[in-house]
Amino acid sequence: MKSGIQDLQVGYFPGCSLQGSSRDFAESLHLVAKALSIELCEVPEWNCCGASSGHMIDHLVSMALPINVLLKAQKAGLDRVMAPCASCYNRLATARHEIAHSPASKAQVEKVLQTTIGKLPRVLNVLELLAEVADRIGPKVTKKFEQTVACYYGCLLVRPAKVTGFDRTEEPVEMDKLVAAVGGKTIDWNFKTECCGASFSVSRTAVVGRLGAKIMNDAVGKKAEAIVVACPMCHSNLDLRRGEINQRLDVKTDIPVLFITQVIGLALGLSEKELGLGRHFVPVAFPAKPVAAATVS
Amino acid sequence: MKDPTADPEKKAHTARAQGGRASGREKHMSSHHESMPGSMSACHSLAARLEKEGEVRVADCYQCGKCSAGCPAAEEMDVAPSQVLRLLQTETPKHEDRALRSLAIWMCVGCETCVTRCPQEVDLPRAMDFLRQESLARNLANRDASDVVAFHKAFIKSIEKTGRLFELGMIGDYKIRTGHFFKDLGVAPTMLFKGKLGLLPHGGANKREVAEIFARARAAKKESQA
Repeated sequence: MKSGIQDLQVGYFPGCSLQGSSRDFAESLHLVAKALSIELCEVPEWNCCGASSGHMIDHLVSMALPINVLLKAQKAGLDRVMAPCASCYNRLATARHEIAHSPASKAQVEKVLQTTIGKLPRVLNVLELLAEVADRIGPKVTKKFEQTVACYYGCLLVRPAKVTGFDRTEEPVEMDKLVAAVGGKTIDWNFKTECCGASFSVSRTAVVGRLGAKIMNDAVGKKAEAIVVACPMCHSNLDLRRGEINQRLDVKTDIPVLFITQVIGLALGLSEKELGLGRHFVPVAFPAKPVAAATVS
Repeated sequence: MKDPTADPEKKAHTARAQGGRASGREKHMSSHHESMPGSMSACHSLAARLEKEGEVRVADCYQCGKCSAGCPAAEEMDVAPSQVLRLLQTETPKHEDRALRSLAIWMCVGCETCVTRCPQEVDLPRAMDFLRQESLARNLANRDASDVVAFHKAFIKSIEKTGRLFELGMIGDYKIRTGHFFKDLGVAPTMLFKGKLGLLPHGGANKREVAEIFARARAAKKESQA
């Protein structure tokens, strides 16, 4: 902590996935944050943001839940909140945007939360936060990440632009820059921001298989050795649902899917186990290990 | 792309969406007028309500079709995204009913591609949210989407109960709602083994506070409907 670099303090909203199905994202994020002198200040008593389903069938609840989180952050003295899950990030940013632009919606939410809403903390995604401390990464690299990867941003980090205000909507580059900072190469490809099917993973798994197959096909065709993501849903749809995806591909693929925090963690020389690499369905190995063989052994 | 208002006879989907109640155009209209007596004044049209409640102006859409071209879920839909907007533009009960009964509104995944590319910035994802909510309120949700509806309901129920999403509990609830008991039993043990499936709900949220938020939101909705 008492190194030459000053600690960067930022509010932190983990979200539900990072406590469950994406524990590896949380584990790697915390390790990398510590290594880069970022202090993640968790929003006290945070509640679920409503994520993918809230807004689908209940608009008012989908506004009230994320605003409640931002109010708690504000009370705790946090002027910025980083949400690593792309879906949480999008819901927090969308609700904040709507409150700022629609007095009618603001009045409704104030009634439900029984409070007045003042200036709310700004919402950041994990790539924005890491980009801020990008100059701290290079000097700490002990083991270059010398793979060629496809940076997959998905939908909710970049869209819609007027809400997120982050990076380029159709051709984002922030993750590519981070990978380059740790020695990796990134491919130029067509599916950077195409949708993976998100919450259809459970209710319409076939849709996730079909969309995931298109994404993997393009990445593998352009010689990517791994996919790098910054979203729990992108990760689980391309990793956990690889069986569904491979059923739809002529040539099955075993390239792993890593969180950006895991890629940076590896380059900083952190332990594979502590970065949560062992929790993936598709084994993390370069060159890729056949999935079937790994599951049998 | 065909104009859905000019060619409303997609028989298979229409018949299924109506639960086999009516098959022809005449019947469809008459059954609708029974449920909604009187003609609809323009200020009560879905388009008008969407503009008031959601600040989305469907009249801004000039049917270029860019949303439908880029939609990752369009091939799962009975009516393309741009056609859903067209159905609202006419402000007729017949077309609104068709939109509310469509499979399309449930197959929208919420990826925000359409609104990002729309030359008129019509917030189609917000319109889809509005239509889904209205479709449920009027009990018109397409039966082919019952699994999608069940997922969303189980998800929200889980938040209301514990303040945070409890994944395993949510999946259990989803299975009960859909009867898909054996789906995904293959990945569950691996998830458990890899520490990706928590067996107990997470503490930490203020449960009572979240339950009150849900209760007050319900009351506010009732009030606005009255």
